[in-house]
Amino acid sequence: MTNARRISSRRRPRNIAPWLFISPWILGFLFFTLGPMALSLFMSLHDWPVVGARHYIGLQNYQVMLTQDPKFWHTLGVTGKFALIFVPLNILLSFLLAVLLNVKVRGTSLFRTAFYLPSIISGVALVMIWKWIYSKDYGLLNYGLSLLGVDGPNWLGDPNWSIAAIIIASLWGLGGTMLILLAGLQSIPKELYEAARISGVPAWAQVIHITLPMLSPMLLFTFITSLISAFQQLTIALLLTKGGPLDSTYFFAKYIYDNAFKFHDLGYAAAMSWVMFLIILVLSMAVMKYSAAWVHYEGDVKGGKNG
Amino acid sequence: MVRTLTYGALIFLTALFVAPFVWTLLTAVKSEAELLVWPPVFWPESWRWSNFAESWAKQPFGTYLQNSMIVVILSTIGQVFSSSLVAFGFARFRFPGRDPLFVLLLATMMIPWDVKMIPLYMEFNFLGWINTLKPLIVPAWFGEAFFIFLLRQYIMTIPMEIDEAARMDGANAWQIYWRIHLPLMVPGLVLVGTFHFMNAWNDYLGPLIFLNDQTKYTLPLGLGLFQGRHDVDNIAFAAITVILCLPPMLLFFFVQRFIMDNALGSSVKG
Repeated sequence: MTNARRISSRRRPRNIAPWLFISPWILGFLFFTLGPMALSLFMSLHDWPVVGARHYIGLQNYQVMLTQDPKFWHTLGVTGKFALIFVPLNILLSFLLAVLLNVKVRGTSLFRTAFYLPSIISGVALVMIWKWIYSKDYGLLNYGLSLLGVDGPNWLGDPNWSIAAIIIASLWGLGGTMLILLAGLQSIPKELYEAARISGVPAWAQVIHITLPMLSPMLLFTFITSLISAFQQLTIALLLTKGGPLDSTYFFAKYIYDNAFKFHDLGYAAAMSWVMFLIILVLSMAVMKYSAAWVHYEGDVKGGKNG
Repeated sequence: MVRTLTYGALIFLTALFVAPFVWTLLTAVKSEAELLVWPPVFWPESWRWSNFAESWAKQPFGTYLQNSMIVVILSTIGQVFSSSLVAFGFARFRFPGRDPLFVLLLATMMIPWDVKMIPLYMEFNFLGWINTLKPLIVPAWFGEAFFIFLLRQYIMTIPMEIDEAARMDGANAWQIYWRIHLPLMVPGLVLVGTFHFMNAWNDYLGPLIFLNDQTKYTLPLGLGLFQGRHDVDNIAFAAITVILCLPPMLLFFFVQRFIMDNALGSSVKG
């Protein structure tokens, strides 16, 4: 089979068929990814107003951002705080839900649907829905808390609680992460648990020595995707809190958006977007590098033993 | 014992996840008076279904819906077609540079949209596409990395012998793609179509940046901007939100099996 393919490609070395098939992506990559990225980098080196002359200013945008713009650090801090709380919680809760769904009880598919459903409606509808939950005056959440004797905070109006409000609303959409982890759990061979049970390994030790290592590639994947989505958090902040109160939910992505489309400083916004890209890149690579210590790949172990 | 605890936890959590939906639906059918009392009224005295029609009339939501439909339908067709085409190219041919290109394709998934947002705005502005639906449709005709990856996985599970048999019978590459692989990929295409449909239907930032005329608004943008106004009542928000949630949910119920089978593939078969 492989031979036949090799022969046919050797016979027609200048076969253009594959290039025709992948040409949509190549063109799309050039016009909607590489081109824009290059333009963005070019713009970041300029003072680039929406109207009027632009001029080259070298690295000044980056320099201003890092040394003279407290708002840059503030918004980066807000985003960092959000990511630091949201990412671990997102994975932990998804994992717990996946474990519950993995227990063989009747009606699992119904529960699975209930947990997954919020993730298919997003953005605007999610924000609208949570507005009533959080409302100080007629919100469901504070009513529920009042039944427990707790005087609920003004979720969206109190700078101490606004980030928590956004985190909870975001966690509601954890369905996708949960599904990935559930798929991971279901692909773990049952024999491993049976062997452990026969040898008298307690349940908690099975989780640590079987479940977590076998699930680690999925955990790594969801960790990185959650991290990227945390940094791009924009729609919810834009609509639910508009960055307030007192800039407590002024996310980095919103600051980029405001610089471009409100303050019309396109060069500065482009520079900030590159900083965001670099942060995501460095964090993802660091996570992947250090993950080697705890991520367990089935294929790797065999390769290592043979080599 | 474990079983009872699991059930208890599952039912409690389901209530937590579903409550926001139920609350929104209940709000949508309440009367204005019921909305403003404390403690909140759960079951409205009478379900005012007319709220939906009345709320729908408060803004040109019909126009927004029409725009949303145009964007979603045209971009989904493009996404399914182009992604399957590219996936076939990567899965069934050997050519110099294929593997590095595929790695590049996967790497593009890590680029945040924020980096592309500003230059894309300028590019579309240059093309005269701002305030048209084109920026929301055309890019979908050039494939998307995640969908290409997904469909490539589908094609790779199909034995090469099928292609070879077809080639013996004189089929060319296009015919092999169109007549053999496309029908075999239908579950994958449904999956890609569904995911893309939901992304396009829910998209807020794209329309926000590329559209500025009310007659061009999509449904989420219309609702999002509508909430900035104070002369509009909460019942209307709730009613429109319910309407906005319906298409993805209906679609999800229809294709639920495909999504779950794909995600939980091995277990469903086993």
